[in-house]
Amino acid sequence: MDEKMERVVELFGAVAPLLWQGTGVTLQIAALSLLLGMAIGLPAGIARVYGPRWLQQATGTYVVLVQGTPLLIQLFLVYYGLPDLGLTLGRLEAAFLTLGLNSGAYQAEYLRGALQAVPVGQMTAARALGMSQGQAVRSIVLPQALRLVLPAWSNEVVAMLKYTAVVFLIAVPDLMGQAKILASRYFAPIPIYLIVAVFYIVLVGITYGVLRQLERRLRVPGLTGEPT
Amino acid sequence: MNPTPILRVEELYKSFGQTAVLKGFSLSIQPQEVAVLVGPSGSGKSTLLRCINLLDPPNAGRIWLEQEEITAAGVNPDRIRQRIGMVFQDFNLFTHLTALGNVMVGLTKVRKMHKKEAHELALFELERVGLVDRAGHYPAQLSGGQKQRVAIARALGMDPHLMLFDEPTSALDPELTGEVLEVMQQLASEGMTMIVVSHEMGFARQVASRVVFLEGGVVVEQGPPAQMFERPAQERTRVFLRKIADLDERSR
Repeated sequence: MDEKMERVVELFGAVAPLLWQGTGVTLQIAALSLLLGMAIGLPAGIARVYGPRWLQQATGTYVVLVQGTPLLIQLFLVYYGLPDLGLTLGRLEAAFLTLGLNSGAYQAEYLRGALQAVPVGQMTAARALGMSQGQAVRSIVLPQALRLVLPAWSNEVVAMLKYTAVVFLIAVPDLMGQAKILASRYFAPIPIYLIVAVFYIVLVGITYGVLRQLERRLRVPGLTGEPT
Repeated sequence: MNPTPILRVEELYKSFGQTAVLKGFSLSIQPQEVAVLVGPSGSGKSTLLRCINLLDPPNAGRIWLEQEEITAAGVNPDRIRQRIGMVFQDFNLFTHLTALGNVMVGLTKVRKMHKKEAHELALFELERVGLVDRAGHYPAQLSGGQKQRVAIARALGMDPHLMLFDEPTSALDPELTGEVLEVMQQLASEGMTMIVVSHEMGFARQVASRVVFLEGGVVVEQGPPAQMFERPAQERTRVFLRKIADLDERSR
């Protein structure tokens, strides 16, 4: 038992530096993809609810295409397919673009749900004060919807941390990519994948903690908290 | 009668799908008048208010506000609504803002006031409805009566020339209606022009300059409260007001 333990510790010492590097890449991809997803999802979600009909349909189609196809196919289409159209992306760029487009659709859907959950009377009252529709969305509906969307958005962040793992298939050296390399180098797939799983769990745990804190910070009585 | 009404509604028609709600409705309101609208449910009272501030565009007919035809093509409804305050049955306070924030948001976003100026005016309006000590409370932390008073303060902040009240006390427990009606009475005595949809007959008797009885999307009869309650010309008016008075009695 002690001998086995020693071997695991020894193995950990050997693989840790590369796994750290991989963690950095994973965090970078997840963060940038989430940001890109937000930059797409925020306007797309608003357009889904308040946009002109053609824009509602366009964003709806985008959401259906993304949600209806496997992430892996999206990744391959971007990395191997776009060059046929004259757009060749590096591995990391392809990873950002795919995950960002993917996340944008999910974030748009979460936001749509939250916008529609804000009672219609809020909009009516804002318009009755003389606000334009744009002003009413910005000042009244969106601040409420963004608070309502936070729990769903937290799930998206956590899911993204793990979805990034697919990028090892286009040879991005993220946490999963490093794991794959190390597993074959040391002929010890099970211990290494277990170690990597622990890395992911810790990342997810920390992220959850930060997001819960954010939710607490933004809580408003009667909207996302107790009405006292 | 004063020849220049603040509001003139002429031959208004409004339907929702197959259902005609307003069928050639006409009404004229003088400055400083308090008109209380009564009528059975579905008679078009709320629809009328929503047409007046252009939340529901009428199908036909015309509306003038202070000599300007607001139903004319090319009129910006946002500009018109700033002059018309609206108070809703279920308050519709902005959930994510404090009482103060609810009054301030229209001042900063619509009237483009500076924060400091808006803050002062908002406090003044809350003082007017007796709630300056609740400025920092969120709607969920206020009673129904307090919520409706904040909603009135929010509307007053826009400096409206006309106030519309859509059943302002219907969602309140009986013991909370008094504080809201008091604020409305005070407003009336300050000379605010008001159109009030309400079945608070006590308020109508004491505060209204005119009671308007609607049924089936048209005005059946209108007149000063004394005349409407004591000797209405129409049998339907008498029957309806009698019924309301009985219900009033029973709930006390």
